[in-house]
Amino acid sequence: MFDLKDVSKTFTLHNQGAAVIEVLSEANMTVAPGECVALTGASGSGKSTLMRMLYGNYRAQSGVVSVAGVDLVQAAPREIIRLRREVLGYVSQFLRVVPRVPTLDVVAEPLLALGVPAEDARDQAATLLARLNIPKTLWDLSPTTFSGGEQQRVNIARGFIHPFPALLLDEPTASLDATNRNVVLELIADAKVRGTAIIGIFHDEAARDQVCDRQIDVTGFSPGCAA
Amino acid sequence: MTDTALLSVRGVTKRYGAHIGCADVSFDLYPGEVMGIVGESGSGKSTLLNCMAGHLEPDAGAVVFDTAVDGPRDTLLMSEPERRMLSRTDWAFVHQHARDGLRMGVSAGGNVGERLMAVGARHYGDIRGSAIDWLGRVEINEARVDDRPTTFSGGMQQRLQIARNLVTGPRLVFMDEPTGGLDVSVQARLLDMIRSLVRDMGLSAIIVTHDLAVVRLLADRLMVMKSGHVVEAGLTDQVLDDPKHAYTQLLVSSILQV
Ligand SMILES: Nc1ncnc2c1ncn2[C@@H]1O[C@H](COP(=O)(O)OP(=O)(O)OP(=O)(O)O)[C@@H](O)[C@H]1O
Ligand SMILES: Nc1ncnc2c1ncn2[C@@H]1O[C@H](COP(=O)(O)OP(=O)(O)OP(=O)(O)O)[C@@H](O)[C@H]1O
Ligand SMILES: [Mg+2]
Ligand SMILES: [Mg+2]
Repeated sequence: MFDLKDVSKTFTLHNQGAAVIEVLSEANMTVAPGECVALTGASGSGKSTLMRMLYGNYRAQSGVVSVAGVDLVQAAPREIIRLRREVLGYVSQFLRVVPRVPTLDVVAEPLLALGVPAEDARDQAATLLARLNIPKTLWDLSPTTFSGGEQQRVNIARGFIHPFPALLLDEPTASLDATNRNVVLELIADAKVRGTAIIGIFHDEAARDQVCDRQIDVTGFSPGCAA
Repeated sequence: MTDTALLSVRGVTKRYGAHIGCADVSFDLYPGEVMGIVGESGSGKSTLLNCMAGHLEPDAGAVVFDTAVDGPRDTLLMSEPERRMLSRTDWAFVHQHARDGLRMGVSAGGNVGERLMAVGARHYGDIRGSAIDWLGRVEINEARVDDRPTTFSGGMQQRLQIARNLVTGPRLVFMDEPTGGLDVSVQARLLDMIRSLVRDMGLSAIIVTHDLAVVRLLADRLMVMKSGHVVEAGLTDQVLDDPKHAYTQLLVSSILQV
């Protein structure tokens, strides 16, 4: 489902004396359907950078970043838009929403974008919000004023409402209490059973050990280490 | 995925004497896509938008639109009546200042109804019914249907302008700073509305703005202009999070957080 071949990434900071930061070089990895793989490595080693490249958010200098057969390095914008709508989900660390939109609609949105009827989409959103213990009294409010943990659970609900075949998770259990952390781990386990290919960053080691089948240390992709 | 672009812009160039308005702009827009155009003041955003929408005649280039009836046609080669019909049916243009896009001496209902009449609607009851329906969609109370827009707030005027533009079911909407000049909470409401309408009606849109937060929330794709030239283009989040061009990096870093 995910397939990286000889991927390199550098940042050129034009307004800081054209400084060049080399983050990844010749990265190779493959993740199959039903597999959950953790990215590990010290702070600054490039975990988030790699994940953003897998979402098509950062563009690679060279190599192939293939997700469900689409090479994100070469793909036209509309191919990436379609991939994100139908195939590739992403639970980022921070929630970014249009102010004023009620939480229920924020969560239902990925289904609405796929053409699911509004009532059906909202029902599914309600089910997921209830499972993630977001009080019903908050559903009609915009999540912009929610607590950190509540926003994170709204973000998770958005990422799991459509059964994406490929899923990226950036710290999905950080800042959650034990009960909600377990709900998220269940959601991940369920997705794996459905055949979802998952790549995640987990600082929570116990969570990582519980749901991940493998770990990939990103340090191995840093320019000095390239084999 | 359809392979026919809704709008193909090729080499569009507009000079004001020796001064460049916009130069050699090309891109394809596909059905359902929303594209943002950002850049500093004077970079040529409005010039480009007006060239595409048929308000300005470019010095060079082609603006090919996939018409409902005849398929792809270069709108710059159309006759004036043909182009006028296009701008009443398949196209819509939302001005920055609502008063430029509204008839201030005509009631709110009349402003919406007039667009329908321009494309041949004749039955008074139907026209008024649609007008009231559209006022509701843009959250203007039905009780205001007979009031003139001069009695509306800036945000309401802008919503009325959107209703007037969308009532005929266009496929492509051009917007020049649609939330400019409105206060922040009114902007948020308008953004939410534009987003829902775009999704529910399957519209394509080109939105000119200087506000990167607006673009982040509304646009799938982004084009960055400087001195009349497109310096960078791509998915909105690619361009904002991983900008390649020095000017884009400066633009993004001069905003605190978007
Ligand atoms: N948009 C960007 N522009 C410039 N440099 C960047 C950008 N994003 C990341 N980097 C650089 O890439 C390197 C890797 O950063 P990254 O965020 O991927 O690390 P990480 O492994 O996720 O670290 P952490 O565990 O602290 O989150 C860092 O040197 C960072 O400064
Ligand atoms: N009618 C005109 N005659 C002469 N020069 C013009 C005319 N209209 C625009 N220009 C010039 O062309 C350039 C581009 O103007 P344009 O209005 O397209 O900029 P813009 O990007 O929309 O700016 P803003 O963000 O301030 O609206 C500017 O330098 C402007 O002064
Ligand atoms: Mg990180
Ligand atoms: Mg302008």
